[in-house]
Amino acid sequence: MNRRVVIALKFRLFKNIIKQGFQSMWRNRGMGLASVTSISAVLMILGVVLIIILSINNVVLDTKLKFDEIEVFLEDDLGSGALDAIEAEVMEYPGVLSIMFRSKEQALEIMKEEWAEEAYLLEGLEENPLPDSYIIKVNDIELAENLVNAVKTLDGVEEVKYYKDVIDKLLVFAGYIRVGGIAIIGILVFVSVFIISNTIKITVISRRREINIMKYVGATNDYIRGPFIIEGVLFGLLGALLSIAVVYFGYEYLYESMNEKLYNLFTFYLVDPKMIFADIAIIFGTIGSGIGALGSLLSLKRYLNV
Amino acid sequence: MIKFVNISKEYKNGVTALYDINIEINKGEFVFLVGSSGAGKSTLIKILLKEEGISRGRLYLNGMDITRVPNRRIPYIRRQVGVVFQDFRLLPNKTVYENVAFAMEIVGARPRDIRRRVPLILSMVDLSKKANSFPDQLSGGEQQRVSIARAIINNPPVLIADEPTGNLDPETAWEIMRVLTDINNRGTTVVMATHARDIVNLMKKRVVALEDGRLIRDEQKGGYSVEIPTI
Repeated sequence: MNRRVVIALKFRLFKNIIKQGFQSMWRNRGMGLASVTSISAVLMILGVVLIIILSINNVVLDTKLKFDEIEVFLEDDLGSGALDAIEAEVMEYPGVLSIMFRSKEQALEIMKEEWAEEAYLLEGLEENPLPDSYIIKVNDIELAENLVNAVKTLDGVEEVKYYKDVIDKLLVFAGYIRVGGIAIIGILVFVSVFIISNTIKITVISRRREINIMKYVGATNDYIRGPFIIEGVLFGLLGALLSIAVVYFGYEYLYESMNEKLYNLFTFYLVDPKMIFADIAIIFGTIGSGIGALGSLLSLKRYLNV
Repeated sequence: MIKFVNISKEYKNGVTALYDINIEINKGEFVFLVGSSGAGKSTLIKILLKEEGISRGRLYLNGMDITRVPNRRIPYIRRQVGVVFQDFRLLPNKTVYENVAFAMEIVGARPRDIRRRVPLILSMVDLSKKANSFPDQLSGGEQQRVSIARAIINNPPVLIADEPTGNLDPETAWEIMRVLTDINNRGTTVVMATHARDIVNLMKKRVVALEDGRLIRDEQKGGYSVEIPTI
């Protein structure tokens, strides 16, 4: 046979397989409902976990950017010699972007601004209680530990404050969420593979006669297997479709209503639904059809020994 | 066409179903396979269909050594061997036409060829008028003719019939025998396992007899048993 003939033959076989897959799915729609529901339940939970992970990543990133400062509080009334020494010492460290002197007066101004409406409380102060300080900006707050330790020992330095602790805790927390989320999803994927493989098993058993006849007439294993895998994948995709709709519209609704009620602080850290739609669609579609195909393969392996 | 050379078959549970079988069947022959239940007829047919493996010996089909073949090649061997069963094995939710066309779809035949060939075969087994009926609307004989049509639609060189008349009354059984003879006359090798004593005796074809897994008789124009039938 020449190649064109073979390709045409393969194409016809493929068309038959697809057709039978759809037929089989339709005939099996009652049981299929269980598969579709379980897959979409898994994917919905996956969606929630995904949104939480992405939002926490957002928070971590944002915090890292915001807290790239180290505040060095100074003793009162240091001479310019001592100040220069500190500046020189700090600038020697790699990763230091800038160092800025903030006098106690400037510090009070900033505080007043931050306190805004409550700033009148500061009016009664007779004397500025705030210290002079240096604001050091660094590349990566994670790597600033050496610098902090060195600066602490310098003359005239009273206290050093930075937010490594906060970020460390946040990272650990994000890690827990990630691991926990993946574990939950793993278990659920396993469960739904099991459910779909049972569904397909029922089709296989109910079609045993047909399969048997197909074997005697000389159908290849792929030809027999094909429709079942198509059926599984279709169930998976349906489940994905359902869960994409629920997760996307549900989340969007939540996001919008939070925005309206001026929980801006909160939504600021949440990922924008529009940004993740494509990702969710791709991830859900892949996982859904993967679960379907895997489930079919598993059930066929045991019940289709030729 | 088919050659069994020193074939033995032991099942995993230790039962020996065939001992050292030697049979050579030529192209275009019509062979009856006789023997009581448990004599090894079914095992012999299963071996031919590659449903069961072979413990010892060699098996040739159409000049090819098919003693041991990888699983993925088995379907292609089965396309060389049409098969008809006692219980017809038709798909109940497909019409006569669809049941026959099904065998062609499986091998990826062109729709045009399917539309041309199925009516031809159906008329050959005299079922043109029943093309759109479902199996449960047919008599036993008609159902068996559908299954014969399905077995030969892809033009296999060999047709195996495992007690094709077992479920049929004598008159209908002869109807099936006429169809099988017809197919044989067109050049297809036919191997038929049967218990039907009178059919074997009257057909005067080659008879291969098995008993307890051994070949006890192989004669041209033979009868069902060694005694000359007294008519």
